Amino acid sequence: MANVLGAEHDLNFKETELCLGLPGGAGGNEVDNSPKNTGKRGFSETVDLKLNLQAKETGMDLNKNLENGSREKPVSAKDPAKPPAKAQVVGWPPVRSYRKNVMANNKSSGEESEKASSAAFVKVSMDGAPYLRKVDLKMYKSYQELSDALAKMFSSFTMGNYGSQGMIDFMNESKLMDLLNSSDYVPTYEDKDGDWMLVGDVPWQMFVDSCKRLRIMKGSEAIGLAPRAMEKCKSRG
Amino acid sequence: MVVRVAMRDGNRRISSEMGTDVDIKKDRRRHLLSDTLSLSFSLIRHTMADQMSDDDESRQSPQSDLDFTSNKARNCIATGSVSGHPEFRLPYPDQVLENVLENVLHFLPSRRDRNAASLVCKSWYRVEALTRSELFIGNCYAVSPTRATSRFPRARALHLKGKPRFADFNLMPPDWGAHFNPWLLSFAKAFPWLEKVYLKRMSVTNDDLATMAESFSGFKDLVLVCCDGFGTSGLAIFVSKCRELRVLDLIESEVADDETDWISCFPECESQLESLIFDCVESPINFEALEKLVARSPSLKKLKLNRHVSIGQLYQLMVQAPQVTHLGTGSFSPLEVDMQDDQEPDYVTAFADCKSLVCLSGFREIVPDYLPAVYPICANLTSLNFSYANITAEQLKPIISNCHKLQVFWVLDSIRDEGLQAVAATCKELRELRVFPVDAREDSDGLVSEVGLQAISEDCRKLQSILYFCQRMTNAAVIAMSKNCPDLAVFRLCIMGRHRPDHVTGEPMDDGFGAIVKNCKKLTRLAVSGLLTDKAFEYIGRYGKLVSTLSVAFAGDSDMGLKYVLEGCPQLKKLEIRDSPFGDAALCSGLHHYYNMRFLWMSSCRVTRQGCQQIACAMARLVVEVIRSADEEDMDDCVETLYMYRSLVGPRNDAPKIVTIL
Repeated sequence: MANVLGAEHDLNFKETELCLGLPGGAGGNEVDNSPKNTGKRGFSETVDLKLNLQAKETGMDLNKNLENGSREKPVSAKDPAKPPAKAQVVGWPPVRSYRKNVMANNKSSGEESEKASSAAFVKVSMDGAPYLRKVDLKMYKSYQELSDALAKMFSSFTMGNYGSQGMIDFMNESKLMDLLNSSDYVPTYEDKDGDWMLVGDVPWQMFVDSCKRLRIMKGSEAIGLAPRAMEKCKSRG
Repeated sequence: MVVRVAMRDGNRRISSEMGTDVDIKKDRRRHLLSDTLSLSFSLIRHTMADQMSDDDESRQSPQSDLDFTSNKARNCIATGSVSGHPEFRLPYPDQVLENVLENVLHFLPSRRDRNAASLVCKSWYRVEALTRSELFIGNCYAVSPTRATSRFPRARALHLKGKPRFADFNLMPPDWGAHFNPWLLSFAKAFPWLEKVYLKRMSVTNDDLATMAESFSGFKDLVLVCCDGFGTSGLAIFVSKCRELRVLDLIESEVADDETDWISCFPECESQLESLIFDCVESPINFEALEKLVARSPSLKKLKLNRHVSIGQLYQLMVQAPQVTHLGTGSFSPLEVDMQDDQEPDYVTAFADCKSLVCLSGFREIVPDYLPAVYPICANLTSLNFSYANITAEQLKPIISNCHKLQVFWVLDSIRDEGLQAVAATCKELRELRVFPVDAREDSDGLVSEVGLQAISEDCRKLQSILYFCQRMTNAAVIAMSKNCPDLAVFRLCIMGRHRPDHVTGEPMDDGFGAIVKNCKKLTRLAVSGLLTDKAFEYIGRYGKLVSTLSVAFAGDSDMGLKYVLEGCPQLKKLEIRDSPFGDAALCSGLHHYYNMRFLWMSSCRVTRQGCQQIACAMARLVVEVIRSADEEDMDDCVETLYMYRSLVGPRNDAPKIVTIL
């Protein structure tokens, strides 16, 4: 009852509710899984402790089986009554706990690092700037956001009102030509096929997936790229 | 072993032509050697008499016996001779012999050769003991510290091993023993000039580290492998007091986080550090202090960082120390804060500048995007350790395809058979391969199989050592390896699922391992797994004549298995067995051999207390330890763990309650 009320009134009753239960289990309490991530001994010791108890039984089963002269796998390996970590025997496979801990940590933070490595880092160069930058395209949700970020990054070098225009305007043919004829900077990118394109001609997500690197070049230099962009604009109608 | 014996007068060598070559292995008998040398010396003596009148200035007084600076440049003339006298007085033959021997034996580093030399006669025993500078003790409980210090009064280095290997897999109680302290106290008194300590599987405390630093003023090298019991506070004291420290290597050791900034404790002056390895230290370090330390360590050649060092920080260190030969790259991932605002460092050039880099490891939290940075040095690499990097075959290929000189490769099975095929395609010089499991559970998915093993065996013909974790294997692939890799000395195959047969034929893995012992004539170390009958052990006993280390788990049918091995393998030194049906009868069949072994380990087998007692009674110099399982009950009188080893000391007095010494 209380829960329902809580949910209805958005009082977060469930969160504050006291209950007995396994961590991360039925109580609905969000238990921080971070002990796993820190790799501190405590957790592994707990795990080993559990394994130890089961292993003892496994060990006994093993001896019994062997005495029976059977070569079957120990009963516990297939015993459905035991919890998931059932078949684990202490110290088998013979991998040092140090290594096991490191791999466990890497796995659990693997979700995070997977995010990181599936982040779309691309190098950004700007003509005339002394060094490169890197951006994670997945941090942005639209061309506008990217444009703002780039402007901030290279603000000391840009002149004119490039930043305020945003890239979405490139869809507009006339504005595009104006821009290209000016000495303002325009962003271009190299796509998966190795072609250099003007930024803004494909939907954002497609751009994120296909962009390999960015180059901010002077509008006048970008003229050569324009026809392609124009074609794409036209084909889109 | 041929050694050139030259006569010296002080530091001046008479003449290189006046030396003589002696094969000390051949002339092992004292009188033979003595005769040979007398003959040579009579010639030299005459020549010396002529030369005595020359060059008074270069003559120096004989170096004192306690001069340790140079082992090799020692005066071999006995007392009462040369120093400034134009006449050459004939020294006593025995003294000549002993002095000559002393000089000769200085050139003998191998402890096996030294052990043999010391058995020749009392004189040789004495001289050998005086000239041994590195003490190797394979089992810290086999001999007492005082015995070691009294026999070898001039030792400068100690190499000490404690717990048996199965302790790494939680099969031993944590407080079992192997304490460094008694050794330390003894050595601190006897050898204040001690320079080097190498410990493996020993328990070392923070106090021990402090004591070491205080007791040995010229201490240079500390290497701790698989040790525990100490923390960063101990390290802090140690590094602050050892002003001559050259090597600090912490390898796979457990280092407690006492929240002490030990890196800052290195002395401020220029350091002689040549090697700093701390990749196993789990606590964060003071990077700024580390950077400064590296900057003031011009001799630094080996640097292995822990996972708290980001790739950006790695860059800064590499720029300071391009002379490194061994590099552990730390996390190999960027800090969040580095990525957005800072410019990207030129990692490629940083690696390219490390022209001496031959050994690469680390990659603890790898972001594979950064892997291309290592391309410039691949061609020089002889050792590459990716065993903490969960990478795919595709990510590996661009790197490995350039590693033509690679000899040692450690990797995770995440690269799968395909990755191993890529390794085989390029690494023709491969000597050692270790493939570790990403998921070290019995029922995990096997990522590598016999396919990978076959590929390696076909192309890496110089392979000497392999450790391979898998879930599926065939006899055919193992047999192929036995034929393709004749230099194989170490073969360790771990089929993680217990009792698994050849997954194609359904047969036991007997024939595969049989082929290994039969065809690999140089095999000294073997670890078996999978479904194995007594037949496999029969093969081992029959063909494994050089096998010195054997690991057995979940294998065999009966006592015969162990009997074959104990009766058939004369070189067996270390035998570790778990969960196999070997009992008292088998145990007793090895009585003739146990004094030749370092240890025997048997856990979860069918050995009973009576059986162990029998052994203990029959063999006085064997320490028989019985370790109970966690709960007190004795099931069927079977012993949970038997650990026995030869010892000159007798039962130790530091065993925990859970250990009974029979």
